[in-house]
Amino acid sequence: MKVILGGLAQPATSLANNTGTWRNFRPVYLQKACIDCKMCTIVCPEGCVYRVSEKKFTFNANYCKGCGMCAEECPVDDIEMIMEEK
Amino acid sequence: MEKHLFLAGHTACYGCGEALGARLVVDAAGPNIITTDATGCLEVFSSRWPQSAWAVPFIHSLFENSAAVASGIEVALRAMGRQEEAKVIAQGGDGGTADIGLQCLSGMLERGHDVLYVCYDNEAYMNTGVQRSGLTPYDSDTRTSPFGRASWGNRYRKKDMPAIAAAHGAPYIATASVAYPKDLQAKVKKALNIVGPKYLQVHVPCPLGWKSDPALTIKVAKLAVETGLYPIFEMENGVVTKVRKISSPKPVTEYLKLQGRFAHLFKKSGGEEEIKKIQQIADENIRKYGLLSETAAAKVSAEKE
Repeated sequence: MKVILGGLAQPATSLANNTGTWRNFRPVYLQKACIDCKMCTIVCPEGCVYRVSEKKFTFNANYCKGCGMCAEECPVDDIEMIMEEK
Repeated sequence: MEKHLFLAGHTACYGCGEALGARLVVDAAGPNIITTDATGCLEVFSSRWPQSAWAVPFIHSLFENSAAVASGIEVALRAMGRQEEAKVIAQGGDGGTADIGLQCLSGMLERGHDVLYVCYDNEAYMNTGVQRSGLTPYDSDTRTSPFGRASWGNRYRKKDMPAIAAAHGAPYIATASVAYPKDLQAKVKKALNIVGPKYLQVHVPCPLGWKSDPALTIKVAKLAVETGLYPIFEMENGVVTKVRKISSPKPVTEYLKLQGRFAHLFKKSGGEEEIKKIQQIADENIRKYGLLSETAAAKVSAEKE
């Protein structure tokens, strides 16, 4: 008989969790004053903000919890948080 | 999305400093690592069975033995002659490091295992609902150190964990903060290139336990450093070799007023005296580690004259 002690999980499987459903506010990347510093990608606790092209960033709505850290830390205030409407 | 080794879909709270810290650490360390973790927030939100947010091997066993499990892995790798293939990182929260896991950490440091121990310091047992730990700061309001008529909150000062690790003769000890991600990642990379036991303590704000605005996580962490309450330094072979200088130290009230866990200091009469004591702690840190930058130090001495 094979006994497995404890729980085993495959690596990198948490992507099945769509934590984006928690969100009350969503970030809007205005793309007006962006200086390409990548601060928004660095400070996101989910790691779900990414660079599309030069001075153009966006977030993955499946995972963004809407904490607002990217908007707060943007040095040129190029990110706005707005109420989520569905 | 960008490639990370700690993935989205974990169930940390909004604006969690620990989730950010863990991602920065494993991203800096790279894919060839084996990680262990003590019980705590990090373990709970990253490994909700049957899922795992880790793209690297990750083992959770008990609250106290993160360092011991990591020691075993390191010895096993050596016994198999495969120590070049993977570095070992042990992780724990402040409770799992400074209280419950202290003996295992001490053993790991004593035996000299080639392991990097990372302590994510959010200054209380947040996973179980904010109870005080050995790393909870003075006067912080927690469930087990509540403020009231006869209490100002936690009556003890933070344990000096880096000094405890240094007393074991660890070759590399450092503190870092999520407010300075590049500094944190550079320290992880540097530590992994040093053979022997390493200790890294990362300050990670917890919006839930600190009762602060989740959006201000980085700002709060930055203020802890800028006031002198959380000195950022590197210690090599027992000697402090590098500190993050502060150009103009901010009063501790700027840090305290952003957090609900210190709100009673501003409401209850006599709070000014307590804030003075916290300011003293910051001033002591500034003196002890020489945190003032040259221009700031010159300014202070000019004021005295």
